[in-house]
Amino acid sequence: MPATVGVVVFPGSNCEHDVVESVEALGGQGRLLWHGDADVGDVDAVVIPGGFAHGDYLRPGAIARFSPMMSAVTDFAASGGPVVGICNGFQVLTEAGLLPGALQKNAGLKFLCQPATIEVLVTNTALTGNATRGQKLSIPINHFEGNYTCTPDTLAELRAEDRIVFTYSDNPNGSTANIAGICNARRNVVGLMPHPERASNQLLGSDDGNVLLGSLLDAASQ
Amino acid sequence: MTDALHRELGLTDDELARIIEILGREPNHVELAMYSVMWSEHCSYKSSRIHLKRLPTEADHVLVGPGENAGVIDAGDGIAVALRIESHNHPSYIEPYQGAATGVGGIIRDIFTMGARPIAIMDPLRFGPLDDPRSRWVAEGVVSGVSGYGNSVGVPNVGGETVFDETYKGNPLVNVFCLGVLPTERLVLGQASGTGNLAILLGSTTGRDGIGGVSVLASAGFSDDEADADKRPSVQVGDPFEEKRLIEACLQLLDEGLVVGIQDLGGAGLCCAASETASRGGVGMDFDVTAVPRREEGMEPYEVMTSESQERMLAIVEPGEADRVLEICEKWEVLATVVGKVTEGGSLRIVDGLDGPVVGEVPASSLHDDAPLYDRPRAEPADLSEARADLADDALEAPPDMAAALLSLVHDASWVYSQYDHQLFLNTVVGPGSDAAVLRLKHPTTGVDTGRGLALTTDGNHRWCAVDPYVGTVMTVAESVLNLACVGARPQALVNCLNFGNPEHPEVMWQLSQAVDGMTEACEAFDLPVVGGNVSLYNESGGSNIDPTPIVGVVGLVDDLSTVPPGMSWADGDRLVMLGPPSSWLSGSKWAFDSGHRRGSLRPVDLELHIRVTNLVRALVVSGGVSAVHDISTGGLGGALVEMAIASGVGCTVARVGGHGELFSEGPSRVVAAIRPDHLPAVEAAAGDLGVPLTRLGLAHGDAIAVKGLVDVPLAAARSAWERCLPDALGAGTTIG
Repeated sequence: MPATVGVVVFPGSNCEHDVVESVEALGGQGRLLWHGDADVGDVDAVVIPGGFAHGDYLRPGAIARFSPMMSAVTDFAASGGPVVGICNGFQVLTEAGLLPGALQKNAGLKFLCQPATIEVLVTNTALTGNATRGQKLSIPINHFEGNYTCTPDTLAELRAEDRIVFTYSDNPNGSTANIAGICNARRNVVGLMPHPERASNQLLGSDDGNVLLGSLLDAASQ
Repeated sequence: MTDALHRELGLTDDELARIIEILGREPNHVELAMYSVMWSEHCSYKSSRIHLKRLPTEADHVLVGPGENAGVIDAGDGIAVALRIESHNHPSYIEPYQGAATGVGGIIRDIFTMGARPIAIMDPLRFGPLDDPRSRWVAEGVVSGVSGYGNSVGVPNVGGETVFDETYKGNPLVNVFCLGVLPTERLVLGQASGTGNLAILLGSTTGRDGIGGVSVLASAGFSDDEADADKRPSVQVGDPFEEKRLIEACLQLLDEGLVVGIQDLGGAGLCCAASETASRGGVGMDFDVTAVPRREEGMEPYEVMTSESQERMLAIVEPGEADRVLEICEKWEVLATVVGKVTEGGSLRIVDGLDGPVVGEVPASSLHDDAPLYDRPRAEPADLSEARADLADDALEAPPDMAAALLSLVHDASWVYSQYDHQLFLNTVVGPGSDAAVLRLKHPTTGVDTGRGLALTTDGNHRWCAVDPYVGTVMTVAESVLNLACVGARPQALVNCLNFGNPEHPEVMWQLSQAVDGMTEACEAFDLPVVGGNVSLYNESGGSNIDPTPIVGVVGLVDDLSTVPPGMSWADGDRLVMLGPPSSWLSGSKWAFDSGHRRGSLRPVDLELHIRVTNLVRALVVSGGVSAVHDISTGGLGGALVEMAIASGVGCTVARVGGHGELFSEGPSRVVAAIRPDHLPAVEAAAGDLGVPLTRLGLAHGDAIAVKGLVDVPLAAARSAWERCLPDALGAGTTIG
């Protein structure tokens, strides 16, 4: 029985089909979840994909967090279900309070679509179970607001609890402590700016994202 | 009716007389406004149609040729490909961000109007020189606009060109190419049929933005800054989030088979959409102008009909399907309003309420079919023979610093394309910065990967065309075809965007006619149908016309995309060869132009040889016979070597380059190929079999770019100059002019 991954679609999302395609290429099952519905159904994991939910108007994720589906995702996360936010999805998770901190505009004040090398710092999360500590992955970034920021207290807490999941090897956007991705205390909710689904096939330049999506499928099957 | 009004709207006295003849009476304001936008140069192609007819448009795989919203070809496996290119030059000079953004929005609507999901954009851009602050402001704004709109609307931007030259200082070019895929059986056309069917307006509310955009702005040149600033209200404002929802709603309507016809609202707004759908379907329409949702109070009917407010579509729907249409639109938060009804006869009636009084009535087809057709005077420049005899080869000395001259000819465009999402949809196998982009070809509804690929390129060269618009255009099409060969693709179809100056100048019409003839010759030689195009005239400023700039977008097919094409990166130890005829001809080259020599002549292209070169290159790419390949174009042989060395991180040692002529010449039909030593005999034999000249150049090796007797520059220095060009210049500050 393959794990079913629910992929949330807001108006303005655009990476939902890419996530479904790459998850299904690894043997999982993808299912789109409409933002206006209030139930995740019987999915085994949830991905909030990249894009521009509600046009990123006001602030990325600021409107999306009020969708009925986000209440359902919050409940799903509270029950221990794996939840991953990629790019805009990470922004939504911070706005929804499922992850601490915020994503502000890139230091160079430009949108950046380019390859990035990230390092896996911890492996006991919903997205990194099959990776190794210190593993370097080549995974593209594609964002204007990817510059992670948080209070010194939050940073200290993230460090103390080993919740910085990924760091950039060559910080492209000014993120605090080179942070590319973090998780919650329970380690079932992970947000990251790079797009693992875009590194899912050698034809696309890298398949390093598959170790992460494969980890998610394994976490979802447990 | 005062005769001042029609002139204010951009109509001539003769055109007004013609309208009176059609109607059998004086037009009222709304009618006059509709004719003025529909008969504008931008909408009617009244100066260029007579020439465009010469282009070859037919082939077995062409499903829709010119005249519809986009050309469509059959790509096999039940997949059709829709493509189109358009300009948004004038708005982008006045208001760079919104001008470029709405250019992206408009071309995307043209593609999904055909029932296709837009999957790729490319943007050929032309700006004034980098040392001009206003040009930097325009460049920065345009790139931000393309980025801001394209990324948000969710269509990847997979390539293009960025050229800076004096000729575009007062008139930049912002062309946008878009490609989409659809299941072949879902092809829809922008036509109304079925008396009693409803016209439903989808998307944004209608405001006063962009009124007269096509007539006032796009169909006249620029004169002075103050008057140009006054045109700013004619530039529309884009909302990519509205467009994204509109795309998803329309594709769902098409998936469920709910529409009879659909048409986007672009130039000339509702007037164009209503009259085009009606006249294509051979029917009439009652259009309820009061039903149109507005964003401003007190709009007159003529304003509603000609507004160019963005992100709107007009769908023709059977009455029984209307409820489901409205339901889908509600899901996607897209406003949908019944605004008209298909009628018998051919009248477009503007009514105040569907049973209310008629405020305007014209034969729908007269707005298109009766548009004026001008055979404007053409004349070659008076000094043509003198200009052609003045060859750059004779006029220019070798540069004192050959390495600096060489490095000034090429730049890294990643400052531009790193601001664009070029990977969405997981198709991009070869992205921007390459000879051609290559996308995986997946079925648009089932997602099944065909294992084949689409290759896309856009090309244009104003320098070649300034020297000789005929040969320059032949060379442009030839370059496209060779670019596709470099990624292993066979060319399938071409769309063009013809950017020229003021058509009332006989020299400009001569340039246009020559370019069309050159394109015709090249396309016929390559069996390449022209499936659509756009003509942008009045690209002039301060009385000076831009260099003629025909830009082409060509799509090709890669038959087996199981491996990534070789690209530009060679490996240490590769043998370097040039395939194709040696050339030292300098007129029309970037080096000659940058040295201040902007005339001379071009040598005719040997099209038969060009075909053999492209066949050889494609065969070598497909068979893995080359480890790297790059076409020789802007910057010549030297430019190609620099770009390949930088891409590889490995230098080269090259001999047998006779002088600066051979280094900088942009003579056609040539590539640099890097070949593993053990493959070299087979490549030489293949070239010999096809009668393609092969010149051994040298070796990929070391950490310098060394061309014996001419250039010896450390690779690191070359890379630094190449990388820093755009960021340094554009980081130097801008001005709002």
